[in-house]
Amino acid sequence: MTAQLVASTLRVSTPLIFASLGGMFCERSGVINIALEGIMLIGAFGAAVGTLVSHSPWLGSACGMGAGVLLAAIYGLFVIRLRANQIVAGMAINMLAMGLTPFFCKILYDVTGSTPSIPIADRFQSAPLYLSWGFVVICFLWMKYTPTGLWVNFAGEHPEALAAAGIRVNRVRWAAVLVSGALAGMGGASLSIFLSSSFSRDMTAGRGFMALAALIFGKWKPLPTALACLLFGFADAVQIRLQGVALWGDQPIPVQFIQILPYLVTIFVLAGFVGHSRAPKALGTAFQEG
Amino acid sequence: MRKVLQPILAVALGLALGLGVTRIAGESPWHVLQILWKSAFGSSYDFGMTLFYTTPLIFTGLAVAVPFQAGLFNIGAEGQLTLGALAAAAVGALWPMLPWPVAPVLATVAAILAGTVWGAIPGWLRARRGSHEVINTIMLNFIAAGLASYVTLYLLKNPDSQNPETRAIGAGYLIHQFGVFGGAPVSLALPLAIVAAVLVWILLWRTVLGYEMRAVGQSEPAARAAGINSGRVRIIAMAVAGGLAGLVGVGEVLGNAGKFRLGFSPEYGFIGIAVALLGRNQPVGVVASALLFGALHKGAADLDLETEHVTRELSLVLQALIILSVSAEGLWSWMKKRGEA
Repeated sequence: MTAQLVASTLRVSTPLIFASLGGMFCERSGVINIALEGIMLIGAFGAAVGTLVSHSPWLGSACGMGAGVLLAAIYGLFVIRLRANQIVAGMAINMLAMGLTPFFCKILYDVTGSTPSIPIADRFQSAPLYLSWGFVVICFLWMKYTPTGLWVNFAGEHPEALAAAGIRVNRVRWAAVLVSGALAGMGGASLSIFLSSSFSRDMTAGRGFMALAALIFGKWKPLPTALACLLFGFADAVQIRLQGVALWGDQPIPVQFIQILPYLVTIFVLAGFVGHSRAPKALGTAFQEG
Repeated sequence: MRKVLQPILAVALGLALGLGVTRIAGESPWHVLQILWKSAFGSSYDFGMTLFYTTPLIFTGLAVAVPFQAGLFNIGAEGQLTLGALAAAAVGALWPMLPWPVAPVLATVAAILAGTVWGAIPGWLRARRGSHEVINTIMLNFIAAGLASYVTLYLLKNPDSQNPETRAIGAGYLIHQFGVFGGAPVSLALPLAIVAAVLVWILLWRTVLGYEMRAVGQSEPAARAAGINSGRVRIIAMAVAGGLAGLVGVGEVLGNAGKFRLGFSPEYGFIGIAVALLGRNQPVGVVASALLFGALHKGAADLDLETEHVTRELSLVLQALIILSVSAEGLWSWMKKRGEA
């Protein structure tokens, strides 16, 4: 029972870890990423289609990441190049993904609901789980010990200082947004070809926002963020386990209260009631290169 | 002039891009546009359905516009309208025998109150704890969905139905539906929405509080230096927004379903962001763009039947592209520069 719960916690946190690491790059560089949800969704779709075509989950997840990068590029075009409001554009990107996935699904498979089911031999068994933790370590080292990690940080905290040092702020942000697209796309891929057996409509079901919550809970740092993902994943795993289980009499346990827990925790953390979480200083402000 | 021209150009650009996408599905964009038009305005019933979708969008558009004037971003209209509708349905289910007109008035007040509370929370968190309302409202949307699901499935479950919905409200709660729309549920909620838009206009441009809101929205430090209690103003702006979003419950519960149905809203709260943005956060603009988005929503509903490959989700694509076009500051300043050159 405990071992099962640990295993399912690790499994359901995998997409959250990928997506929140993606969100981290983006937000540390100064670009808000409300669009994680949509990027995950298109990543999940791309991965399912890629796997169905190639019969390889690796090629499939490459497709998912590619789809994520493509959507992130549209996002980048609007928020970096065209200086659109990042929250507005982010919401629009989510809508775009919600609209485009059934649209392409209908063209490819003549149904809007979901892609055909992917044979179990073509799906991931556990690779994304290990990969996600590998990425946590890589991101940690990257942000802490490499010059490019420093650039990302400065683009989000003191863009003027970075520009004064001769680095193009918006190039750094472009790179961060695209990396974020790849990672969030991989998060979506691990939903469709790792945790489930097909893409289904709106299958992200708020996980992009939950990844964002984990990012805030984790104070925009890789290791704490990954731990927050584990915590939220645990809540999810418990909730799935308790669904339909009777507690007293024949009354099933209201799992809704467990479902809302991660969101409640995030509000409390952000309000400074539990610890303190501070956003990158230049988060959400466009940078106009002189 | 630019004020009116820019949104129109943005809509044209968004529609052109979105309809261009239908080419991929092998449809003629022109044909799709014709279907959209016919399905939104083709008959009195179709037009009625367009108005039915327009009504909640006026409320949510205003619920985004008011805080925007005060420098706040309300992504939480979805949660606020969910709890507003739930409150209206709860009152109607718990006291079904109340007579008209006491009953609908009471349910309306409940809807406003529930929304107000849900809006005031992120306002308070921003004003007193400094935490950003965007994240908080997103989180509160999920919490509202969880609460609504709990109340609907556990406390007020409709025993006669397999659907996730509450018990029916009493007959005295139902509000008048206009008969001229061939059965489309256009109710008193529509004039109520127009009245709300007028009241918001008066609030923003004819009262001290509205002046303070706009001052805080223009520059919070300057407003504070001028002696405006910006925290209080922000809390009120979010509370008002919540109340406006809560009013969506009137049209849905009292004017249409007669109960609360889980997931009744096709993301009215999020489309409200687009409505406010396109309407430049002005009440008149909000009403006009609510009609546009209502028509898009209704128009796309028939795409499933009328075309081979294009589905109703095209409305989401069109809405997204219109929002992106209107929000692309850089595009508009570039065009302006070219115009001046």
